Amino acid sequence: MTNGWTDVANADVVLVMGGNPAENHPVGFRFVMEARRKRKAKLVVVDPRFNRTAAVADSYTPMRSGTDIAFLGGIIHHALTNKLYHEEYVKLHTNAAFVVKEGFGFENGHFSGWDNTKGNYDRSSWQYETDASGYARIDPTLENPRCVFQLMKAHYARYTPEAVSNICGCTAEEFTKAADLICSSGKPDKTGTILYALGWTQHSHSVQLIHTAAMMQLLLGNIGRPGGGVNAQRGHANIQGSTDMGSWNNLPGYLKIPRANHATLDDYLKAYTPKPLRPNSLNYWGNTSKFMVSLLKAYYGRHASKENGFGYGNIPKAGETENYGWGHFFDNMQKGQLEGFISFGMNPVANGPNTPKMLDALSKLKWMVVVENFETETAAFWNARKLGEKFYPTYVEASNIQTEVLLLPAACFAEKDGAFVNSSRWLQWKKAALPPPGDAKVDQEIMARIFLKVRELYEKEGGTAPKPLLEMTWDYANPLSPSLEEVAREVNGRDVATNKQLNGFGELKDDGSTVCGNWIYSGSWTEAGNLMARRGQEDPTGLGLYPNWSWSWPANRRILYNRAGADSTGKGWDPQRTPLRWDGTRWIGDTPDYKADAKPEDMGAFIMLPEGVAKLFAADLVEGPFPEHYEPVESPVPNPLHPNVSHNPLAPIFHGPLDKLGEAKDYPYVAITYRLTEHFHYWTKHVASGSQLQTNFFVELPEALANEKGIKGGDLVRVRSARGMVEGPALVTKRIRPLRVAGKTVYQVGIPIHWGFVGRVRGPLVNNLTPSAYDPNAGTPEYKGFLVNVEKV
Amino acid sequence: MQTVAKLIDTTQCIGCKACEVACQEWNDQEFTLGTFNNSYQTMPDLAPNFWNLIKFNEAEQNGAQSWLMAKYQCMHCADAGCIKACPAPGAIIQRANGIVDFEHDACIGCGYCITGCPFDVPRLSSKTKKVYKCSLCSDRVAVGLEPACIKSCPTNCLSFGTRHDLKFLAEKRVSELKSDGFENAAIYDGPGVGGTNVLYVLKHGDKPEQYGLPKDPRIPWTVSLWKGPVKWLGNLVFFGGLFTALVHFLAIGPKEHKHED
Amino acid sequence: MAAARELKISRTTQTSSVCPYCAVGCSVVIHTLGDKARNVQPTVVHIEGDPDSPINRGTLCSKGISLKEFVVNERRLTKPLYRAPGSAEWKAISWDEAIDKAARRIKDTRDRTFQEKDGQGRTVNRTASIAMIGGCTDTNEINYLLSKFRFGLGIISYENQSRL
Repeated sequence: MTNGWTDVANADVVLVMGGNPAENHPVGFRFVMEARRKRKAKLVVVDPRFNRTAAVADSYTPMRSGTDIAFLGGIIHHALTNKLYHEEYVKLHTNAAFVVKEGFGFENGHFSGWDNTKGNYDRSSWQYETDASGYARIDPTLENPRCVFQLMKAHYARYTPEAVSNICGCTAEEFTKAADLICSSGKPDKTGTILYALGWTQHSHSVQLIHTAAMMQLLLGNIGRPGGGVNAQRGHANIQGSTDMGSWNNLPGYLKIPRANHATLDDYLKAYTPKPLRPNSLNYWGNTSKFMVSLLKAYYGRHASKENGFGYGNIPKAGETENYGWGHFFDNMQKGQLEGFISFGMNPVANGPNTPKMLDALSKLKWMVVVENFETETAAFWNARKLGEKFYPTYVEASNIQTEVLLLPAACFAEKDGAFVNSSRWLQWKKAALPPPGDAKVDQEIMARIFLKVRELYEKEGGTAPKPLLEMTWDYANPLSPSLEEVAREVNGRDVATNKQLNGFGELKDDGSTVCGNWIYSGSWTEAGNLMARRGQEDPTGLGLYPNWSWSWPANRRILYNRAGADSTGKGWDPQRTPLRWDGTRWIGDTPDYKADAKPEDMGAFIMLPEGVAKLFAADLVEGPFPEHYEPVESPVPNPLHPNVSHNPLAPIFHGPLDKLGEAKDYPYVAITYRLTEHFHYWTKHVASGSQLQTNFFVELPEALANEKGIKGGDLVRVRSARGMVEGPALVTKRIRPLRVAGKTVYQVGIPIHWGFVGRVRGPLVNNLTPSAYDPNAGTPEYKGFLVNVEKV
Repeated sequence: MQTVAKLIDTTQCIGCKACEVACQEWNDQEFTLGTFNNSYQTMPDLAPNFWNLIKFNEAEQNGAQSWLMAKYQCMHCADAGCIKACPAPGAIIQRANGIVDFEHDACIGCGYCITGCPFDVPRLSSKTKKVYKCSLCSDRVAVGLEPACIKSCPTNCLSFGTRHDLKFLAEKRVSELKSDGFENAAIYDGPGVGGTNVLYVLKHGDKPEQYGLPKDPRIPWTVSLWKGPVKWLGNLVFFGGLFTALVHFLAIGPKEHKHED
Repeated sequence: MAAARELKISRTTQTSSVCPYCAVGCSVVIHTLGDKARNVQPTVVHIEGDPDSPINRGTLCSKGISLKEFVVNERRLTKPLYRAPGSAEWKAISWDEAIDKAARRIKDTRDRTFQEKDGQGRTVNRTASIAMIGGCTDTNEINYLLSKFRFGLGIISYENQSRL
């Protein structure tokens, strides 16, 4: 979230799209209800289903899953043509004035630079025009036909209410009504927020979709302001923290993974340290060397010296274009190219796309280690034939699966301490209340004992390349079960010479004199102690920032980009809701997202970006600098805008034996998967209360479709996709409306997740149905808007 | 002692079921498995181990889709039909703070209270042969805590306080709704049973049945008779008899049993 | 008049924690019985919302309010389990055996498949034949240790729930 849960109460308009907070984040949703009660805020819901959030909304608009970019593109068009945008904000805080190189264009579904044989873009025509010193040229009048503002206007001219209706399936009137409500937040004294979740991220065009939302919010002047922002409601207690700590393509703190062509630390820093694109851009990522060296120093300690690039060579490297992400390594696993797999508290058989493929992949492994609270479908994958026979009738018998499996019992949340980062980026420290049951152990002990045992084997026996392993620091007071407080101090960082905790990332150095495990968390455990455990109730601004409750990254800042919440003189756009203002000598309010002692006119408000301003036009995304509506990989209609380039041309799609895609003639209905408020993911099927609230898997069907097929509520139905099948009783409802799309009626089918073949209550895994198709920028799978057929059993 | 009450502002209910589970959890109810009934509702009706149910009602209002949710439980009536109907002394009591509470040691499982309840709330357990319902968490209230359902509710749909304060809050909320254009907004306060210590704010106050609430709750006349006039009559006969006996004793002395043999 | 039921949290130890489900980040109070004396195992009797938290102010959802059922649950794993190749069942083993097995498998695979150089002779130092996932429901500190674990071993295929 750019803002945070408590801040939602400051909004005048709340757009919920691609999320369903009343059901999936009910406690966070209380701030929406508060905004409605106290500020008479309008709640606008756009969703394929009339869900529990829609039930309390001021406006509900149905839509076809996978068409959000068309809807939001339509709002951009609506705001631009009706002049509903916040002009002064757009001029001051966005790259609307930046002039793009000659040759940029968009035609028949492709941007300029498309290479049909490579299936990729040459992005050189998407760059800004630059002057002799390398700075981008701008036209403050916004009149240059090649400035971002004019290009954007031209690009979205196609997104008329009629076009939106034709793609999304709502009526043009319904769209316009919603668009007017949303755009009412474009006035300087109004703000609007967006709450989204996996309904936006689980598409083959998800990053572009969120870019569209950011563009809309920038046009309406809603970024950096209380009651504004683009707010991802994250779905697991520490999914934000695990994102912050890196995955295959990131080191902790969003430092990019080194590539094979970056032979030395200098090569790496040269490639990944951006240069400012405007003279007044602070370009904070210019400090990349300090973040990286302090991390390497934390990893390699006394083995890290200036001479050896601080141990940079030890970090594993990917080839320039290689991808080691989810879809790719499971594909390689299925091809028999992986030997081992370690799962620390995750259940890919249940939560990954295309379960039949996932099961097949795991059966090719030599060994697997699973660390868990409960037995999961992943741990028990070798028993899928027996436990889930109906769904996997041709799966290998256990006797023919050679994979060795270790299932290790771990402590649950209540039995260990440490910090979770919530959606608001707040690091909240928790304490352990009791020891784990039986012989279960805390995770750090399980991990440390395996790690140290492997090291011991290398020390005893020798082996391949022991250096990266033996040089990794693990010098904790109790190495076999490190105290998490000690680890948290290392993550915050310290000065090597004085051994004092750092106050924040501003103190990091790139000469090896500071150690820091994750630069964005620097400041969380200073000499003043553990700031994540703070319980202060004060709210001096009255805006719900609570600066002394826990600790928020970065630098305890509660609203990101808060400098943009003020105008060119440093005065808040809305005097009633000012998170940050310039009093002539200093900034007052939230921790400034700006140089603390710089005057309002000194630099651009978006200090992390080379532009110094926010990007309406973003050349860093692989499928185009402007978001374009692309159909889901499986779609009931060809793309009405450009039928020959129907889905995202860069979406990774796999073509293995179990990766089939379906067509509308065989699978005519659009399917969406989602959570219910009664359950949490694949956990609460082990828990008595969740099992009571929703005991049974079910399939939600539009009443009109059910009538066509002679299906009544409670009848058993079978849903098939090209990948697999689920079966359960039908819940027949008017709440999913048939839609009129490109001249034909389209039905959507709703399928809740939460069940599986292991648990107190059992049912089919919905990912039996989902395709192995992903977003090219983020690698998220397309769980919303794939094709199925439905039959009465 | 002030009468305590619960306010349910149905306009704030999102059907999250926190109150259902908070009730189960605090009262150590056994969790059971449900059957599918073409609805999001946890179960079709209240049960001996399930005292707090959100009813989900899909409807169309003027062509627009609506999905009304409202919590349903014991109303803690001022004039409680269950107490009227109960023949077992001390099995159902009304505490000084207005809570209508069951004392299960004294319950004889006759089920008369079920007949007496105008809101169809108490449920007889076939296992224990006793009747169960919401106690308004009398154990929590006794030490100054709010009932479990109230504490859990994330959206402020539920409030707890004195009946007097909540009535004020409810009236304020109704006038807000009216100014927002919901002319039929109203408080539902158990007409016919002397008021209830569970108050509702309804957007469509003219149609309480859309929320699963009886439009005109009444204690059945049979029960009213049984403990109303009939009880009075019965008492008259009983005490009358006693009085006659006393007079007889004073005037004539102890009744002598003649030995027949 | 009969007294109300005795309050079940009147003699508990209270520990502040954070709900492990979604990322709203509600604070909870875990009530355990047992006075922390040496010979007593604490047991969770109740978990409810922490009123101090500006996020949830004591409230919780249907999942959070029943966290006790998650913690105290007869389905929890309490022993290391091993499934041998071709076997149709779990076998309980000791921790020492489990750790030895895991370490041995990791080392053998790493020794066999570790790539110091890629096809073009460039240093890559990776074990591409082991993949690892997890962390979204564990703390920052565990995630940081996992980063040391995987980079120490050269594991590059690492993902967590945020990818999905």
